[in-house]
Amino acid sequence: MAKAYTPGLKVSAQTTFRARRQLPVSGEVLVAVGARVQARDVIARTFIEGDVTPVPLASLLSVPASDVPSLLLVKKGDHVATGDVIARTKGIFGFGKKELASPAAGVVESVSATTGQMMLRGAPIPVEVKAYVDGTIVEVIPHEGAVVETEAVFVQGILGIGGETVGPLRVAVSTPSARLEAKDIRADMKGAVVVGGARITAEAVRAARDAGVAAIVSGGIDDADLRDVLGYDLGVAITGTEKIGITIVMTEGFGDIAMAARTFAILKSYEGREASVNGATQIRAGVMRPEIVIARRAGDAVPAQGARPEEGALEIGTQVRLIRDPYFGILGTVVALPTEPAVLGSGSKARVLEVELEADGARAGGPSAARRVTVPRANIELIET
Amino acid sequence: MSAHVPAAKPAIDLSRLRYILATDCGSTTTKAILIEKVGDSWRQTQRAEAPTTVEEPFADVTIGVSNALTEIGELAGRRFIADDGTILRRRNADDPEGCDIYISTSSAGGGLQMVVAGVVAQMTAASAKRAALGAGAIVMDTIASNDKRKPFERIQRIRELRPDMVLISGGTDGGNVQQVVQIAEQIAPAKPRPRFGGEYELPVIFAGNKEAAPQVEAIFGGKGEKGFDLSVVENLRPTLEEENLGPARDRIHDVFLEHVMAHAPGYDRLIAWSDAAIMPTPGAVGDILQRIAERDRLNAVCVDIGGATTDVFSVFGGTFNRTVSANLGMSYSISNVCAEAGMQNVLRWVHVAMDERELRNRVKNKMIRPTTIPQTAEALVFEQAVAREALRLAYAQHKEFATTLKGVQQQRTVGDLFAQSGSGQSIVDDMRLDLLVASGGVLSHAPKMEETAAMLVDSFEPQGFTQLAKDSIFMMPHLGVLASVHPEAAMEVFERDCLVRLGWSIAAKGEGKFGKRCFAYRVSGAVTASGELTCGDVALVRVGPEQEVEVVVEPASGFDLGNGPGKSVTRRLKGGTVGLLFDARGRPLALPENEADRRALVARWAKAWGVLA
Repeated sequence: MAKAYTPGLKVSAQTTFRARRQLPVSGEVLVAVGARVQARDVIARTFIEGDVTPVPLASLLSVPASDVPSLLLVKKGDHVATGDVIARTKGIFGFGKKELASPAAGVVESVSATTGQMMLRGAPIPVEVKAYVDGTIVEVIPHEGAVVETEAVFVQGILGIGGETVGPLRVAVSTPSARLEAKDIRADMKGAVVVGGARITAEAVRAARDAGVAAIVSGGIDDADLRDVLGYDLGVAITGTEKIGITIVMTEGFGDIAMAARTFAILKSYEGREASVNGATQIRAGVMRPEIVIARRAGDAVPAQGARPEEGALEIGTQVRLIRDPYFGILGTVVALPTEPAVLGSGSKARVLEVELEADGARAGGPSAARRVTVPRANIELIET
Repeated sequence: MSAHVPAAKPAIDLSRLRYILATDCGSTTTKAILIEKVGDSWRQTQRAEAPTTVEEPFADVTIGVSNALTEIGELAGRRFIADDGTILRRRNADDPEGCDIYISTSSAGGGLQMVVAGVVAQMTAASAKRAALGAGAIVMDTIASNDKRKPFERIQRIRELRPDMVLISGGTDGGNVQQVVQIAEQIAPAKPRPRFGGEYELPVIFAGNKEAAPQVEAIFGGKGEKGFDLSVVENLRPTLEEENLGPARDRIHDVFLEHVMAHAPGYDRLIAWSDAAIMPTPGAVGDILQRIAERDRLNAVCVDIGGATTDVFSVFGGTFNRTVSANLGMSYSISNVCAEAGMQNVLRWVHVAMDERELRNRVKNKMIRPTTIPQTAEALVFEQAVAREALRLAYAQHKEFATTLKGVQQQRTVGDLFAQSGSGQSIVDDMRLDLLVASGGVLSHAPKMEETAAMLVDSFEPQGFTQLAKDSIFMMPHLGVLASVHPEAAMEVFERDCLVRLGWSIAAKGEGKFGKRCFAYRVSGAVTASGELTCGDVALVRVGPEQEVEVVVEPASGFDLGNGPGKSVTRRLKGGTVGLLFDARGRPLALPENEADRRALVARWAKAWGVLA
């Protein structure tokens, strides 16, 4: 198994987290600035227009479209229920009249004499926006929503499946390198956000779903297991709308890979606390990563602030992760930064750096046992310390 | 062709131009080039790039443009950006700083996203799709009366999408009104929400039966009335036999500028800076390809394989087509390529044993870390295998789309009874293809030119004589927009600096058993060579870009190299950086079923074409 590895994602024990919570269309905001909210509180509400049911009156009544308006028993704006008679033909000498029952309930929105089609608008659909995290309303966006702010533990994953959920954190394994298997899922984890270590198996996902687990957070997953869970092959990393009955967040990547020790330690230290999880991921321009947010409380320990590398800064001594084969997942320290591009094994020319691999990283299975390796700069990520 | 110069811009005096700056604002990178008058010629002299700054925290595209142009200035030893970040203009002939004109294309923020609609999927809706794609749009969905969806499903789908604009066609002039109006009636109540939200009125272009226009206008309402901004242009399918895409394409470009670009961060400034209308990137590529094909009377195909999508452009017999294969790409969409093609099809191009489970995880890891590059030879072989399949699939989709007009009644003679051709046939004919141009990272940045040439031949399977080239630094977008201002400069730079001529694919069409005689070749002139190929063989004759040779090929019966089965072909041509790639593998290209045989054969081909040492 590869050494624990985290891509250049934010893993913070204390940060100011702001969630911008907006309705898809204009509506009513139920909170004011300064209000304290819980993650499950509804903070804005609206109705979106109901679904439209087209009713092809002309063809159903077998009449020309232009005759339709004169056969209607309802008019624009009328409410009709399913089964209500909405049109009737005149028949011949009063015989053979044909009636048409409405196939759906709704309001008559339009009737066209050109197409002979009626549009029925269904009942408005309620839409609610919840706070998502425990916090304070710091801004109200009139008619749209609000911004919730909280001091929080914030962990970004690399890829998620499924949307937003909230539940208490339960750590199911003892170490970050332990695989999360079906046997680790227990009945009392219903509604919880379950934290695993390394790879999660398809059986474990199924067991968790059956147990009513809200979300699983783990280091990695095998491509084959993800396909099994989803029922299809994930073609592009744009997720969040899957309806598989559970949210999944991978913190590291695909394969048998352990969760970064620091991430695991942070999550473990908040066991039992409510965590807000969102699996929505978009790896395109305007990147969006899955996340785990835990609102901090007054009594929580203040984490030691280690020195962090300046964003994007790369220098001798910087700790890095290698994120591409043949050294995928191995940690190391930058020991040289040659300015000239070098020719890679692939024959391509690229800017490179030299990395001294961590002892067990070197054992993890690069093609050579050498502790010092040269890799393209594109294939590393910085480690937050 | 759709070249627009805003009326407000003063006319450009082409005779005094010397420094032309051009940028292409992509989703992640803004690429700038400098085109200079060197002696009497136009040359591309410098290039630079900077991250695109459309998104937070910058939210102003001109910052990235300024950064890229500042770097160009440093490289050229000439200042192009003023202290306030704006573009410096040359005031007179002796001015030591500034440019004469600045132009740009853009695909930032996901490009131009459209929904198109028509009455019949294969007819007016297909024409609408061609108009939208040709204008450089991404078509999110095509709505048609016969799209096998129920009306409520169609409405539901439209509700979910967030297009930048909608194009509605349908009915020939004087033809069907009812179904056209029906389509409009389904789109209007769905009220698709535009991506920019808020006060943005969704632009709707109607390019259908002109007799339906008044009713369509009534359905969508006037400006500020029902949340739509409707414009009516000429019917894009006035008769079944005729497609008139120009007015719709032009209107799409106008709406792109007036609405979409105007809502993107910083684009108001970019539009003000630019001396020609900003074009969607693929629209500009299409324009330059059409100009080249028209000038040289060529049938040409250009492919641009990116991280997320693959665009294919073609001009056959003067007809232009473009397709976007939305989820065929080498990083963001690499997993989708493997899923659509099947891992077995990807691995057939690999000559070494690879572990499939490991590869599948690697593919997914590339998808979630799209900026990594292959470090080992093995990783490169796999990535190029994926590229072959992405290109093959994208080209197949293109062929399916680029057809003669469907629905056209044809007069048939008795002789035609036995011919399969009819309306709706693909106009892409591999035997008539003269020029195949490659661009996009995996093709442009392949360590060896031979690798690029081999990928093109394996995936496009050209037949007969086809020239292979690559766009050196993907400057076709820049040249496309330049062509709208200064066509001569654009053509000169295209010839001299844009295209790298790789050589020629000389391939026999036909099928035969391995070992059976396929064709003999004779090369004379600057280079002399000859040989005979049996089925399954390939050969490479090195003929440089400036070397001219005469090539004679004599196919065995049943094989065709351009003049018909068994008929010899003689061509005079110049070579390229790779040379002449003779290909007797037959068409369609088939590989042995047996794993060991297949690997050995793929390795043999790679060696023969100089891909493997």
